[in-house]
Amino acid sequence: MGDFRMPSLGADMEAGRVTEWLVKVGDEVKRGDIVAVVETEKSTIEVEIFESGVIETIVVPVGEEVPVGTVLARVQSGALGSRKRRGPETPSRESAPPIEPTHPTSREGARTPVVRSPVVRHLAEESGIDLAGVIGTGEGSVITRHDVEQAIAMQRPPGGRVRASPWARRVAAELGVDLTSLRGSGPRGAVTEADVRRVAGTESRPAAAPCEPAVTTVATGTREKVVPTSDVAAKQVALRRAIGALMARSKREIPHYYLSTTIDMRRASEWLERVNADRSITDRVVMPVLLLKATARAVATVPEMNGLMVEEKFEANAAVHVGVAISLRGGGVIAPAIHDTDALELDDLMAALRDLVTRARAGRLRSSEMSDPTITVTNLGDLGVDEVFGVIYPPQVALIGFGRVAERPWAEHGLIGAVPTVTATLAADHRVSDGHRGGLFLSTIDRLLQAPEDL
Amino acid sequence: MTQEEAMNIMRDVLHQVAPEADLGEIGPDEDMAVALDLDSMDFLNFMIGLHQRTGIEIPELDYPQLATVERCAAYLIAHV
Repeated sequence: MGDFRMPSLGADMEAGRVTEWLVKVGDEVKRGDIVAVVETEKSTIEVEIFESGVIETIVVPVGEEVPVGTVLARVQSGALGSRKRRGPETPSRESAPPIEPTHPTSREGARTPVVRSPVVRHLAEESGIDLAGVIGTGEGSVITRHDVEQAIAMQRPPGGRVRASPWARRVAAELGVDLTSLRGSGPRGAVTEADVRRVAGTESRPAAAPCEPAVTTVATGTREKVVPTSDVAAKQVALRRAIGALMARSKREIPHYYLSTTIDMRRASEWLERVNADRSITDRVVMPVLLLKATARAVATVPEMNGLMVEEKFEANAAVHVGVAISLRGGGVIAPAIHDTDALELDDLMAALRDLVTRARAGRLRSSEMSDPTITVTNLGDLGVDEVFGVIYPPQVALIGFGRVAERPWAEHGLIGAVPTVTATLAADHRVSDGHRGGLFLSTIDRLLQAPEDL
Repeated sequence: MTQEEAMNIMRDVLHQVAPEADLGEIGPDEDMAVALDLDSMDFLNFMIGLHQRTGIEIPELDYPQLATVERCAAYLIAHV
């Protein structure tokens, strides 16, 4: 018998709300299966279970907010009997091999619909959903049951369910707008966020007005979903407070030191341009992938950048799980991990990054991604900033920032020319390392970027 | 491909990449990435989506030619 508890999905999380159970009493679960969806102040996270067995009781119902550590469900361990397995469709990293061995590699996932579960395929066929038109949000862009349900929700004809984006539904739910009362101005008559806001601005409805649930309950009827009751403004306040509390703690407890170095990006830029020129658009790699890989590999030279402070003692981590700072639409930032970043080939890292960004924005991150980062990279280059001085994400001990890759004056052999450069910055914990080691870390990243073909 | 078809494709693809972004809210010559707050990953996904819908291979060097609504539609019409 084991307890499945509300996990800590980052140092800033104190409580979470179960918004969805993906299993019911009697279901068999395997270690790594996603069994519940939990909403925190920052995001919606798919929570994995760390024990195999059979769900015996569900203790916390959908909609209830409970502190970290609260028992959510009880699991009868080991007893993998004859009961039919009805777990989530997305295989975890270490479990279940793909059911259809012929599926394409994740790199090509965006081009060909990848469906691993016959259940999902069946659901799509039954509902007349063309899988080619569905964007997969599972690992490696695999199409999950949730994706198909979203697609079903969006194709219901007038009189049935309203066509609307998940985001519009969410905003509608939060503003208390009834979607069935709207005329959509989006593609194929879909209700857009703007439509919802237009109505919300002219009509005031009580918060308890009937709302469309964000996810359709399908024939199997085992999924429940609650409509969030809080409004957008209150969520923003909670989000800012959570981020503020964590950053204040970081600044209070961690003796930060900061270093920066400007890196010649001629070789990396030229190499990337050459590689991408021969590739189809779906196979191209973006510069942040090289920066992530170089950072992850530099850890081998300066291991004290990678790990966690546990009770005032640093524990270096053998695996490098780089947390990638991703800005969320509607505000806030989240830094989920790409597992074993240093060991991924560039193409696989590209696929992992695309997948992670997509799921972070869609609110489909996994609990292990939230709890496992050992070092963080933030790349604010898209916004055009030159450099970023980060605040370390406790209990990690280092954060690496990259600004924009752009042409700047560069002096070499007594001559000044214009070359593409990037400024890399390091914020690191003085309890663990000092400027000398930090400098070595940045210069190692520089050295690795000078041989992009070996990354 | 007509202007309207091009616009519909762009709207559909953008809707999948960034559900809350609305093409109708920006001007025809505004930079989409800036106006709609798309980062490089969003923009790449937008390019991939256009490729999947139209079959056009968009070289990386052509990305700037698809930066605004107007130019993007013109590019699709010219290359399909």
